[in-house]
Amino acid sequence: MYLIRQFEEKCGEMYTRGQVRGFLHLYIGEEAIAVGAISQLQPHDYIVTHYRDHGHALARGLDTNRTMAELFGRVGGLSKGKGGSMHLFDADKGFIGGHAIVGGQFPLAAGLALSHQYRKTDGVCVVFFGDGSTNQGTYHEVMNLASVWKLPILFFLENNLYGMGSRFDRVRAGGEDFYPGAATYGIDHAAVVDGMDVIAVQEATKVALESIRAGNGPAFIEAKTFRFQGHSMADPVKYRDSSETEAWEAKDPITTFPEDLIAQGLVTEAELAEIRASVDAEVDESVKFAEDSPFPPDEELFTDIYA
Amino acid sequence: MTEITFRQALQRGLREALDADPDVFLMGEDIGKYDGAYAVTQGLLEKYGPDRIRDTPISEAAFVGAGVGAAVAGLRPVVELMSMSFSLVASDQIVNMAAKIRYMSGGQVKVPMVLRAPTGGGVQLAATHSQSFENWYASTPGLKVVTPSTPYDALGLLRSSIEDDNPVIFAENALLYGTRGEVPDEEFRVPIGLADVKREGSDITMVGWGHGIITLLDAADKLAETGVKAEVIDLRTLRPLDMDTVTESVEKTGRALVLDENWRTAGLGAEIAAEIGYRSSDYLDGPVARVGGTDTPSPYTRPLEQLGIPQTQWVIDEIEKTYGL
Ligand SMILES: Cc1ncc(C[n+]2csc(CCOP(=O)(O)OP(=O)(O)O)c2C)c(N)n1
Ligand SMILES: [Mg+2]
Repeated sequence: MYLIRQFEEKCGEMYTRGQVRGFLHLYIGEEAIAVGAISQLQPHDYIVTHYRDHGHALARGLDTNRTMAELFGRVGGLSKGKGGSMHLFDADKGFIGGHAIVGGQFPLAAGLALSHQYRKTDGVCVVFFGDGSTNQGTYHEVMNLASVWKLPILFFLENNLYGMGSRFDRVRAGGEDFYPGAATYGIDHAAVVDGMDVIAVQEATKVALESIRAGNGPAFIEAKTFRFQGHSMADPVKYRDSSETEAWEAKDPITTFPEDLIAQGLVTEAELAEIRASVDAEVDESVKFAEDSPFPPDEELFTDIYA
Repeated sequence: MTEITFRQALQRGLREALDADPDVFLMGEDIGKYDGAYAVTQGLLEKYGPDRIRDTPISEAAFVGAGVGAAVAGLRPVVELMSMSFSLVASDQIVNMAAKIRYMSGGQVKVPMVLRAPTGGGVQLAATHSQSFENWYASTPGLKVVTPSTPYDALGLLRSSIEDDNPVIFAENALLYGTRGEVPDEEFRVPIGLADVKREGSDITMVGWGHGIITLLDAADKLAETGVKAEVIDLRTLRPLDMDTVTESVEKTGRALVLDENWRTAGLGAEIAAEIGYRSSDYLDGPVARVGGTDTPSPYTRPLEQLGIPQTQWVIDEIEKTYGL
């Protein structure tokens, strides 16, 4: 979690310096979800997510250097700089993308999950998505399809209460809880979890995955969370009160989780300091790696269009 | 006359239309409380209230289609998409509903709706967020497609589009929002379907639209340094196409270049070039010169992205290659 936080603080800094450009969406505040959920996956499981994807990528173990280089648009990046922040991919790790068309990732997840079912493996596909994306038709279509076909999908809602400037209560008819809606599609395994609590997320994911791997079809988890910063770097955040943000910041997993660990005597301050120092070094190194990597050669514009 | 930005021109057009006709209302994602992704609708919610400035869920198919329904019932919705790329989510409602319902009903209903959307690339948003589907919509009977390049045209065409009884795709190249230009202080309209000579010249006719006009005017400046007098024609509307203005110019200059910032293959530039050849081959000194975007998705990384977008020098080189000018 600390790696994701430091990495993203650095991304923000590099954006202001003009090294990272385009749209940059930070996951700051939501780290416990990616870390808790992805820690429970097997190497052959698939992950698809939205454009707010750095957390999922790093939690899956995508290379920090290549991730930063991708954000810099350099040839050493995960996709040689062609995708950028919103479109991180590492197919070898089953990480089939950040996707920037809201709701675009749901059907893809269905197909990936179908492949596991077709090949009779116990693999699953986890699809991460935001509260705002549940207003797209694809969400409802895929929930139904996945349930009818009993596809091994874990629908993982990162409910940070806002889709850009729109709080859920201004754009959603179903109230503040989303998980009960899964039952409408015959998805019985639907849970809600504190998205600021990495252990709780881990537990909920473990149980859901067991159900899916046992052949019960899709499962649904809603994690309640909050993005501490704007929607993207271009967002002046005029639509919400800072008191709302402050209340959530008090639950920041980056501070609360280590405090818990220390209180339980599971780790010492000195050990934490050591971890932090090594993570800080890893992040600094990623910037150096990205800076040293050249821009892709001109020919790359024309490659990777067809297989 | 007052100098304002393209963005301000659009906002003024929306305000004038809202003031003029109570049936006009706006809807789209985050156009109200958030002030609009590109701030075109900034402040309108306070002035006109939530009935007329409606924030929508992220449900393009639903609210674009709802725009069609409201228009059929006689209202004049102005629907905003955050990006022309997102129109694909609603493309069935646009192509199969907005464009067809009048025809299928034998003329019983009409669709006085405007669909505004920022288009284009050049700001490193990568492949899915850098597209300009106005080219596609321009090949759809039943739609009108408008692509202003100046604040004057943006304001005048927006008023005409909102008053038009047909569905109009109003494409705003996002690179233009901050550009400035003079507009009259009194209300005015620019008619849909009329091209505009943005610069007069006698040696070659250069045809484009939207952001491409900036490139063409720049190329015309450079060409002038070598004594070549280029005429720049801004189509302003892609459907219906004003080929008469183009033809008149081509038959005067005897040379033609078409700039299409979109994918070169099977785009509107190809249609215009073919039509010029068909109409005016007797007057031409050579084939119609063509400049288009590369047939590639748009990459995130800046050097490659720029490599795919037509630059001023491409225009100059193409003219040199085709006509030896
Ligand atoms: C089809 C489509 N419509 C609109 C957008 C613009 N957009 C990008 S993210 C976003 C908000 C999504 O909110 P949510 O799903 O809650 O995810 P969050 O950003 O909160 O993580 C919007 C409206 C888009 N990218 N694609
Ligand atoms: Mg959200």
